[in-house]
Parts: sequence; C-alpha cells; structure tokens
Amino acid sequence: MTHALALEARNISKAFGPVNALSDVSFGLRKGEVHALVGENGAGKSTLMNIIDGILKPDAGEILIDGEKADIASPETAQRLGIGFVHQEIALCPDISVAENISMAATNRRRAFLMNYAETWARAETALANLGDVDPYARTGDLSISEQQIVEIAKALTLDCSILILDEPTAALTEREAVKLFDIMARLKQRGISIIYISHRMAEIFAHCDRITVLRDGRHVCTKDVAETDPEDIVRRMVGRHLGDLYPPKNAASAMADDLLAVKNLSDGERFFDVSFALRKGEILGIAGLIGAGRTEIALGLCGLRSVVSGEVSLDGENITPQSYSQSIATGVVYLSEDRKGAGVFVDLPIAANVSALAIEQVSRKPGFVSRSREQAQAARLGAALKLKCGSLDDAVATLSGGNQQKVALAKLLSVGPKVIVLDEPTRGVDVGAKAEIHRILRDLATRGIGIIVISSELPELVGLCDRAIVIREGRIAGEVTGDDMNEEEIIRLASGMGQRNGRGA
Amino acid sequence: MSAMEEISGSQTRSGMSWRSLGNMRELGLVLIILALCVVMSFASPYFLTWTNFRAMLLSFSIEGIVVVGMTVLLIVGAIDLSVGSVVCFSMVVGGFFFLAGLDPWSASLLAIAACAAIGALMALCVTRIGLHSFIVSLAFMVIVRGLCLAITGGTPLSLFSLPASFKFIGQGTVYGIPVVIIIFAVVVAIFDFLLRKATVFRKVFYTGSNEKAAEYSGIRTNRVKFFCIVLCSTLAGLAGVIYMARFGAATPTFGLGMELNIIAAAVIGGASLKGGSGSILGAILGMALLSVVSSSLILLDVSPYWQDTIRGLILLAAVSFDHVLHNRKKARPQRPARQ
Repeated sequence: MTHALALEARNISKAFGPVNALSDVSFGLRKGEVHALVGENGAGKSTLMNIIDGILKPDAGEILIDGEKADIASPETAQRLGIGFVHQEIALCPDISVAENISMAATNRRRAFLMNYAETWARAETALANLGDVDPYARTGDLSISEQQIVEIAKALTLDCSILILDEPTAALTEREAVKLFDIMARLKQRGISIIYISHRMAEIFAHCDRITVLRDGRHVCTKDVAETDPEDIVRRMVGRHLGDLYPPKNAASAMADDLLAVKNLSDGERFFDVSFALRKGEILGIAGLIGAGRTEIALGLCGLRSVVSGEVSLDGENITPQSYSQSIATGVVYLSEDRKGAGVFVDLPIAANVSALAIEQVSRKPGFVSRSREQAQAARLGAALKLKCGSLDDAVATLSGGNQQKVALAKLLSVGPKVIVLDEPTRGVDVGAKAEIHRILRDLATRGIGIIVISSELPELVGLCDRAIVIREGRIAGEVTGDDMNEEEIIRLASGMGQRNGRGA
Repeated sequence: MSAMEEISGSQTRSGMSWRSLGNMRELGLVLIILALCVVMSFASPYFLTWTNFRAMLLSFSIEGIVVVGMTVLLIVGAIDLSVGSVVCFSMVVGGFFFLAGLDPWSASLLAIAACAAIGALMALCVTRIGLHSFIVSLAFMVIVRGLCLAITGGTPLSLFSLPASFKFIGQGTVYGIPVVIIIFAVVVAIFDFLLRKATVFRKVFYTGSNEKAAEYSGIRTNRVKFFCIVLCSTLAGLAGVIYMARFGAATPTFGLGMELNIIAAAVIGGASLKGGSGSILGAILGMALLSVVSSSLILLDVSPYWQDTIRGLILLAAVSFDHVLHNRKKARPQRPARQ
C-alpha cells in the first residue's frame, strides 16, 4: 500500500553550535492525513517545523513537496509552496481588525499602492465562515485567546495552503473550544489538506489523528498508525523512560479536614458573582470552567489583584480579604499567573532575582540593600527543593525550558512561606516529564499543609491531580465534583450548563 | 542533596552575572574612549593636557547629574523630555527667590522642591491618568519652558550679587579640583551603589523588565514609577541650582535641547528604551564619550556647521555597535538545561 506524500523531510540534521537539535530525522506527511508530532520540549519538534517553514536552514537533508525537491529559504517561500504554520504563541497584531490580520500576508504580496478594503473584508468573511463565530471587524486584541487561535488558522488558510502545521493549538483552549477545532480539522482533512498536529495531549491525539511520529533528543524514534499503539506506549517512547503513575496519589483524608481558606459571597460586580467555596487542609482544589467563565478573575479577586465589590476571604477563620496583592502576600496567599512569560517571571532577569522578587526584603540587609549572597542562597535552596535544572543562578530565566521556568515561578511563590497557593494553568506549555514533576511537587506541598488551588483547562489534569473541583460557569459556581463524580464528562456538563446528572448542586 | 550540590557547584563555577555583563559593556565603552584619546593625542597637542581634560569633565559633570536621574527613569521604562526645561526652571526659581531677598541656600532648596513638584505632577499624569511618560514630559517640556519665560519676562536674571560662599559650589576648587566635579562624582558614586544594591532600585529593575510580572509579585509599580519620575526631576533641579552658582545668572532659554544629549548618553551607556536595563557608570561613560568627541571636533578645527552631523553619526555608530554586539550574545542558541 503506497500513499502519496504531501511533504517529505529526508535525513534532516541541524546543529546549534555543539548541540545537535536534529540528527538525521526523516518524516513523511501523507496527503489528507492528520499526523501528530510528539516529543518532550527540546526534542526537536519546533526545529523541524521551523525548517519546514523556512525559518531555519537545515545543515543536511532535503525537503520534498508533492515529490519534488523544494528549497524553502524563507517563510514566504513556504507560503508559496502551500505550507501554513499556526504558531503556538499567537502572533497577531492586537490593535488592528481581525480581517486585516487575516489578510496580512496577502497585503504583503499586493502590488497595488492602495489597500482594497472591500476585498479584505470579503476574504476574511469567507475564511471565517467555515471556522466559527468571529467578527471580522472586531479589534483583534479584544478577542479571547481561543478566538484569536481561530483567526490564526483562518490566516493560514487564506494562503491556499495544502499543508497546515498546528503547533499546540489546544494549549490555550478549553475542552469545548477544542472540540470546535477538531471539527475544523476534520473538515480541512476532507478538503484534502494535510495537517501536522503538535500536541502534548494524548487523548486528543488518539481521538483525532491518523498517525503519530515521536521525536526524542533530536532523533526520530518511531512513526505509527494510531490504531497500532496506545498512549502509554507513546509516552514511554517520548520520555525514553517509565514515568510511573502519571498523577501522584490523592489525599482522601482531606475530605474530612477543616477549612483552611474560605471564600464567602465574593463578587466583583462584573465577571463573577456570589462565589463561595472552601479549601480544606491538605487538599488540592481544582477550579474548572470554560475560558472566559471567570476562573482567573475569581483567583485574582481573592488575592487582591482585582478589586471586589463584596464578599470575604478568610484564612484559618480570620478575615483576610486583601485590598492589594502585597497584603495578600503578607497574609500568605499567593498567585501564579497563567501567562508565564507575560506576568509570571521576569524572563530577562537572573533566576536568583526572580526568586527573590516577591519579598525582596527577605534577602536584604537592614537599611535596604539587597544581599547577593542571601539572594543566591535562597534561590539555591528553593531551586534544590524543586529540582530546578539550571546552569547558573545568574542566568536569565529565558535560558530555561518551560518546565524549569515554571519552577522558578514556583520558587518565587514559595520564598515567602505561603499558606495558600493559587495556580493558574500551572503546566501550560510544559513537557510531559516536567508536568508530572510539577504535579508531584504540588501534591507534596499539599501534604505539608499548604493549601493548593489549581485552575486548569485541561480536564485530565484536574481529574488526575485534584481531590475536589468546583466548576465555574458564567461567573458563578455551577457545581462541585469529588470522588467518583469527578470525571471529565461531569465537569463538561456543569461547565457548559447542562446541569449535574445526579442533581447535587454545590 | 545531589541537586543541592549541583546548584551550589554551578554557582561557584560561573562568576558571570548581571553585574559583570554590565561591566563588560562598560569596558567596551572605556576602550572606545581610550582609543579615541590615543588617536587625538597624536592629532592635537592640546588634547592630552590637564586643562583640556578639566574642561571636558567640567562640561559634562553638571549634565551628568541629570543623566543619573534619566538612567533610572529609562530603567523603569519611562522617559523624561522635560529635563532641559526643568534645569532652567530651577535656575529661574532659585534666582527669583534670591532676588526677592531670600538667602541663596533657601532659594536653592525652594527651587529644587519646585522641580520635585513638577516631577510629582508628571508622575500623577503617568500613574493616575495612565498617559505615557513620553507625551506627558513633552507637554511639561513646553509648559515649564513657558513658566521660565513668564517668570523672567524673557530676559536673563542677573545674579552677580550671589555671595561667594554660594558661588563656591559652581566655581570653587578644592586642591585644584573643581567643586562641581566633586559633587558630580559623589552623586554618581551614591547612585551607582544604590542602583546595584538597594532594594528600592531592584524594584525599579523589576518594574522596567516586566511591569505585569512585577505587579503579580506584589510590587506597587505605580509607586515605583512615581518615585523614579520625581527623582529625575529633583536631580534636574539640583543641577539647575549648581548651574546658577556657576554662571551667576538665570537665562530662561538655558538647557534647550539638553534632554537629547542626556538621553543619548544614557542609551550609549546601555540603558534600554524598553526598560529593564541600564547602569549609571555606563551612562556616565556615554556622556564622557560624547564629550571627548565634541572636544576632538573643536580641537581638530572641524567646521561648527558640520559638528552636529558628525556627533549624530557617532551616536548612531556607538549605539549600533553595541546593539549588534549585544544581539550576537543573545542569538547564541540556548538549550534548556536537561539532565
């Protein structure tokens, strides 16, 4: 059985200095298939895709499009050859309209002196018609992340691409939005478009892809039909070692424990209303819900990063409702942002300076001078506790992998000896190995009595990690799940307003 | 335990830090300045003389005080175009109160306080209304210049009656070293130290590097910005008072275009217009470079009509050189640390 290949990469090698990012990797994409590309961060996925998109030049090897050798010198050439690339990090101009973003490449190619706006709007409307409900006239920055993702895809499709690369497209999407994306992918596939799908989420891959290629440490490990393999097998091949149980054991006893943090009737009058819940000692509490449901806003509200109009937060029975985040830090409630690069860490600053940022006074001597040795000692101590892998503590955070960056952000929170940590999407953009490690760290902290609240859009993570979860819908608590009730189906039902199956509200 | 050893081991292994990276940049500037000096000492017999060096130092020491404030401001991610006007405002207000009968010291304090107040007003516009410091300070550049003209009626205030004890600040010498240079050196030393060590200034770096991350670390970024803007105006006020003592006059058009020279010096010295990086020592070296270039152009008898063009080209070359050097450093592929 032979298949026509839309794209073939033959024996690609690429080195950055002494580091071999890719060694002799071959990869074939059949016409009209959805081909998953998996591997830990640093396995070489991005390097390979950047070579295919003409961003990087390979040191050796060649690329064939429709069986013909292609010299892809730039992303523009790649576009002309029909390759569309939707990057993981959204690269849209926030201040201009959706339609203008979609037409960016077409405008770039345009020879005429003036813009043809009628054409721009029309092109955007057709491109978006099949994809979803996005207003082409809207200002792009006003859209939600998932809507922006749709715009990215529309932008790639306007270029008549026959090969579409999706780099972790669901990382920022909720389950429901992801389902929409899979519909779109299925339709594109029917139109004969070949898709390279990069993701860390096994469930999605096994549900929606035809074949899987695994890369590890810049080498091709295997390519398999989805039907021939299973998630366990793929994960094992990705990490090259056995991960053990994917999630740490839960703490059933926490159901009986006293409340550590209680939130009562918290409202900000805009995005969330009358939110009441409690976090027990030793418990990991999940907050589920669709993107835009108000999960992040609730977290910001309870930490004093967003002003609330009513309600109360109490810790060990004492009212601590914060007016500002610095107050919240002082009482021991800290927050980890979902936007790691934008708000979680200072990417250009050294690791040690990141860790000390929350309470710089802790590493300072009396009249207010930072002590370098204390700062280093603090970062070394917390880094060791979290098994942070880094060269020097003076290196910029930007030099670390996503998982290690997240550990720096965690170390920063732990530096103040917090009582409650609220984590917003703690494993977004983190590879499988580091993810399991972060889960273990969180469980370990919970066991030591630190309250952990986890917001996540990834349902398997919530179900696997948390002892209990509350589900937010349109700014209100739609229900609570625990024990056997805590499964993906139940959470989706609550999050999307279908009601709880057994009718037990929170 | 092994992880602990791993980390503490790597800590001693690399002495490269934030600070030494900054020092490398400063070293580059020192080399450029030295090279220029060597070339000039052959080209002109007057260059390598104490008189010429003294003149060069004098020419930038008072402006150098303002450069300190500007550097802090650039690090926090803001900018101040009004410094030239504020320097002038300080002279005019100080002169006004002195002529009104106040002793020169009190008049000077009032002048500096007035400049701090101007800074506070700008800071309020930035932090409360949420305007960008560029546009706020542009407006204040014009407003304050207007105030100077209004107070003086457009004519210079003659302050020859200033007591000698006050003029000493601007004109006196200690062991042959002008007091102005001593004040400048002290201000630079203090702020260079503070910027490297003080927690307050660390917050300045945090805010400039990533304002949102700073907010999410509990840092009140608006307070930090407020502090920096007021500091810059206050230092401009201090510089104004020293100019007053030096010139014994207050000219309402003094300091026109000064802000550009000052921003240029800070940027040559490594301050980023995007915030988050910069050093006092670098900025002062930037100032020194500009000064050496100016002095060279004069000694080489370059037509004054061409001097500005050449100065601009040198500014462009210095900044480009640094940018290319810095970016090459960054572009070195960095791979996540793995086991």
